[in-house]
Amino acid sequence: MALTLTHYLVLSFILFLVGIAGVLLRRNIIIVLMSLELIFNSVNISLAAFSYFLQNLNGTIFVVFSITIAAAEAAIGLAILVAVYRRRQTAYVDELDEMRG
Amino acid sequence: MEFVFLIPLLPLLGATVNGVIGSKLPKRAVGLIACLVMAAAFVVSICTFYKLMLLPATERSVVVSFFSWIASGSFSVDMAFLIDPLSALMILIVTGVGFLIHVYSTGYMHDDKAYWRYMCYLNLFVFFMLMLVLGSNYLVMFLGWEGVGLCSYLLIGFWYEKKSASDAGKKAFVVNRIGDFGFILGLFLLYWSLSDLGAGSLDYKTVFENIHNIDPAILTIIGLLLFVGAAGKSAQVPLYVWLPDAMEGPTPVSALIHAATMVTAGVYMVARNNALYSLIPHVGNIIASVGIFTALFAATMGLVQNDIKKVLAYSTVSQLGYMFAAVGVGAYGAGVFHLMTHAFFKGLMFLGSGSVIHAMGGEQDMRRMGGLHSHMKITSVTFIIGALAIAGMPPFSGFWSKDEILWEAFEKGHFVIWAVGLLTAGMTAFYMFRQVFMTFTGECRADDHTKHHLHESPSSMTIPLIILAILSAVGGIIGIPLFEEGTAAHQFLNPVFSHGEQELHSEAVHGGLELIMMGVSVAVGLTGIFLASLLYYAPMKKYAPSFWRPEAIASSFKGLHRLLFNKYYIDEIYDYLVVNPIKRFCDWCLSFDLGVIDWFVNFAAWATRLTAWASHKFDIYIVDGLVNSMSTLVTYNSSIWRRLQTGYLQNYALVFVVGVLIIIVRVLLG
Amino acid sequence: MPAGLNINFYAVMPEILVTALALIVLVLDLFIRKNKAALGWVSVIGLICILPFAAYTNEPYPVFGGTIIADSFSAFFNVIFIIAAIFTILISMDYLRKIGVDRGEYYHIILFATVGMMVMGAANDLINVYVGLELMALSFYILVAYRVKSSRSVEGALKYFVLGALSSGILLYGMSFAYGAAGSTNFMEIAGELGKGDNTYLTLGIILMAVGFGFKIAAVPFHMWSPDVYEGAPTPVTALLSVGSKAAAFAAFLRVFTAAFPAFQADWSSMLWIISAATMIFGAVVAISQRNIVRMLAYSSIAHAGIIMIGLIVFNDTGLAGVAYYLLVYAFMNMGAFTIVALFRNKGRFENIDEYKGLSTTRPLLAFLMALFLLSLAGIPPTGGFAAKFFILSAAIDAKYYWLASIGVVSTAISLFFYAKVIFYMYMKEPDPGAEIAPASGVIYNIVLFCTAVGTVFLGVYPAPFIDMAVKAVRPLLM
Repeated sequence: MALTLTHYLVLSFILFLVGIAGVLLRRNIIIVLMSLELIFNSVNISLAAFSYFLQNLNGTIFVVFSITIAAAEAAIGLAILVAVYRRRQTAYVDELDEMRG
Repeated sequence: MEFVFLIPLLPLLGATVNGVIGSKLPKRAVGLIACLVMAAAFVVSICTFYKLMLLPATERSVVVSFFSWIASGSFSVDMAFLIDPLSALMILIVTGVGFLIHVYSTGYMHDDKAYWRYMCYLNLFVFFMLMLVLGSNYLVMFLGWEGVGLCSYLLIGFWYEKKSASDAGKKAFVVNRIGDFGFILGLFLLYWSLSDLGAGSLDYKTVFENIHNIDPAILTIIGLLLFVGAAGKSAQVPLYVWLPDAMEGPTPVSALIHAATMVTAGVYMVARNNALYSLIPHVGNIIASVGIFTALFAATMGLVQNDIKKVLAYSTVSQLGYMFAAVGVGAYGAGVFHLMTHAFFKGLMFLGSGSVIHAMGGEQDMRRMGGLHSHMKITSVTFIIGALAIAGMPPFSGFWSKDEILWEAFEKGHFVIWAVGLLTAGMTAFYMFRQVFMTFTGECRADDHTKHHLHESPSSMTIPLIILAILSAVGGIIGIPLFEEGTAAHQFLNPVFSHGEQELHSEAVHGGLELIMMGVSVAVGLTGIFLASLLYYAPMKKYAPSFWRPEAIASSFKGLHRLLFNKYYIDEIYDYLVVNPIKRFCDWCLSFDLGVIDWFVNFAAWATRLTAWASHKFDIYIVDGLVNSMSTLVTYNSSIWRRLQTGYLQNYALVFVVGVLIIIVRVLLG
Repeated sequence: MPAGLNINFYAVMPEILVTALALIVLVLDLFIRKNKAALGWVSVIGLICILPFAAYTNEPYPVFGGTIIADSFSAFFNVIFIIAAIFTILISMDYLRKIGVDRGEYYHIILFATVGMMVMGAANDLINVYVGLELMALSFYILVAYRVKSSRSVEGALKYFVLGALSSGILLYGMSFAYGAAGSTNFMEIAGELGKGDNTYLTLGIILMAVGFGFKIAAVPFHMWSPDVYEGAPTPVTALLSVGSKAAAFAAFLRVFTAAFPAFQADWSSMLWIISAATMIFGAVVAISQRNIVRMLAYSSIAHAGIIMIGLIVFNDTGLAGVAYYLLVYAFMNMGAFTIVALFRNKGRFENIDEYKGLSTTRPLLAFLMALFLLSLAGIPPTGGFAAKFFILSAAIDAKYYWLASIGVVSTAISLFFYAKVIFYMYMKEPDPGAEIAPASGVIYNIVLFCTAVGTVFLGVYPAPFIDMAVKAVRPLLM
């Protein structure tokens, strides 16, 4: 069975949903950050698949930019996590509800 | 023409300078700035007028556009001035009389501690007044219209420490607001109905070109609404009540704003809209009727006033009534001509009364005056010239203008208006000379201290008086019917009113009749003066029959006298009909709030306790929401919806994702 | 690439100059050890010098292989971004000293955020939009967390980061669908390819991209981050976030939806209709019950976003020009209001609206200016806020969006409640005896307040030339 575009897109969609579910459900900030990475990578799969099947390089270029930005994003996310932990001594998102309403 | 922008800009400059740094400048400099900008504006006005005269009569309508003021979609308004005979005449009056009154003010207000503030307001007023008359569209006119109202309010309440002054300011503001409301509704309706025709514009030119396409019924409403605005600004029944109270302001203000310029804005507006009003003559009839009724009504109240300025105030209302009668019957030229002569002689008389008040140390009651002629000859002589002019004695200016109004009314078949106008003219002559005799002749009834201080006013005050007296005396020249085509004033103004004015009375047959009419009105005026002299002029008193003495008349017509003296109880009636009901309504709302709403709230609390199984808050909010209507509803929603903001990050993300899902489902399926 | 590479550095000169300025400040930071405010001055002077370059309009043709377009639209928005950045840096210098984190990197991060905004405004390619947006967003994540000593600041930063990353993931997913459907990331090529590919992918792409931009402009239901982030962030950053980030997101929103998806206007405008209506009502209603002034301004900014969206939905020249003009006015009035908040807010004081009690007696001038900005935000004439609202709502009425216009008017009416509440506290209530008097404004604050107040009033009294500019600015979008 040859792999078609649809296979890649379904894989990407499943990973995307897993990522969203992780962001919505996991309490630990580190896992939330990992889920965010999952979202980005699922999109990268979709972009790369489109690029391959359309025979068009734009998507591949996009993936390179996206991976770079995701790396920067992860760095900043971890930095913020450290700041949060120092200030609040917790790494659980549901303990951060000082501001509301 | 290209320098026309200087005319309003100069007074604005003066107002800015005096307003910003006036408190730091010496009084002399403040006065100098204020007068200089006015003089310069006057000179530019003369040049503009002269240039306009050089043009052929048919081309005397120049629009000078400066910049696009507001542009939004199809709606756009330019900051543009229209220079035509009407506005040229108006700017001459405003800057000329305004200049004289500024000069006078430097003397009159010299000892006031807020001299700079006064000069700033006065300059600002002139600026707005010029915008009003110069604007080439309704919005610029409205800007000026509101601006003069504001300045009027500021200047009436200038001595705001005095409660009566600040109250009078508020009253003027509120009553004017009623009129302005009508005015702006009229503008909305006008714009809206023109937009329907595909010519949505507020430019005079476009409006007047397209106006005949509007449904006459709507046009009637527009005309009436605009007239409500005019009635508010120009103090016509029933909105005249603010003007007598406005005399709480400094006297030069009464002269400039409440006699010579601002109050005539309504007349100007109706004259400017002659194209509109000529299409709806029945509204013109209403205007004329209201005008002539105001003229009579105010004159009767003027008969018995003892305050020197109140007499002049009622006479102003009455004269404005004449002008409306004129523009109402379609005699726009006559109305504007009377507007001009009135600016001269009423400005003169107000300034004269100011000079008297100045000399009397602030006393305004004529019963404590008398015999001032020997102390202040210039004031007295100029004042008498003004009185002769307003009484319609030839050859003074008032004669020509008033006579023209009466003649046109008569000629156009409005005999009632003519008759009432004639009667009012007699009354005018009577109360004006009552004032002259009470103030300047006979024994001085003031106390010794005041008597000792009686003096003629400084030259900064008397020179404007003399100039205005000359203008009042000879200003009627342009209204003398020397030519076949009508008077010089008519010839000049005709191009503006070509839509409106019916064809002129040039037939020779009428010449004789017109002379007879003149004779009649002079006779009526003389009768008024004669009757006044029998009552109040010492040398004539001995010839008066016994029933013709002030006390005798007052006692035999006790009811009428009390009615007039109390100004028909109009203020009381307004209090009873309008002010008190509103107050009562407010009280009622308060008691409703205290009684009913609180009761509801208590009931809600009780019900909540009773129904313990129900969610407490829900009930309170429902009941509360019902009684407190919208605002509570919104606040309630606010406090409910803000609970969505739980502070938990994952709830936010959930709302986010659910939002995305809803939109996807909605778009892909719906 | 049919357009050829077409390298033209003049077209991206403003972006290059601001980047260079940011790098200069970054390097100077190493040498200037004590007085970090000097870096602020360098940035401000640099930005003022760049402003004329940014305002200069290039020929509107795509350069760099069609990925960047420097036209009157990007120039108009560049001016908004740079003005906002100048004001922000000016009020930051004193603020940073006050909160005790007077560090140098703050200034170049703001400059990088500005570059990001500028790239978003000039982008003509999905990749560039994404890069610009991320550059801006990453800078803001850091800036929001800048009050590291405050637990609210870091909490706000974490919320902003997680939700922001989620939204950019969704945006990116949308872009990938758009790319997949059209076979290109270039706007013009996407617009040209429409109808050939599978339209379900494209619709999905459009929705997900709208969500991504909707997050940045804080449209309901993607607004949840904004009150918390606004409250937690340093106040000058909040000001830049509400003015610059929103304007940049709108610029990209407008560009993408008008250049790439004009054929789908009927679809996306009905979707945005609901979002806009919900945003206007929700923002105005929830703002009423806010006690914290920054949260109140946050909800007010949500309501404003809803009104600005009307212009995009209307999708004609007046509507789009209305968006541009509104954002210009908003830059002045909102910046002014936040300047006063930044001046007062210190160590937990002047957080709540009732602490503004009696300000008219203690600080009459500041109270007056605050009232002016709030009245402008409420849309009372003769301020710029009125002109902007009038412009956008009349565009909606002209295009027969009567319901949307009515909702806009209702939202404006409701919003008067909470703006007037602040004015009521300032003017009608006596100050608490013994309460600490509000700090006086220094020279820098006075300059900023003067400029913003003059801008607010001038744009209201004489809007015609600026409306003209806005109309010219959006012209390339409709070609």
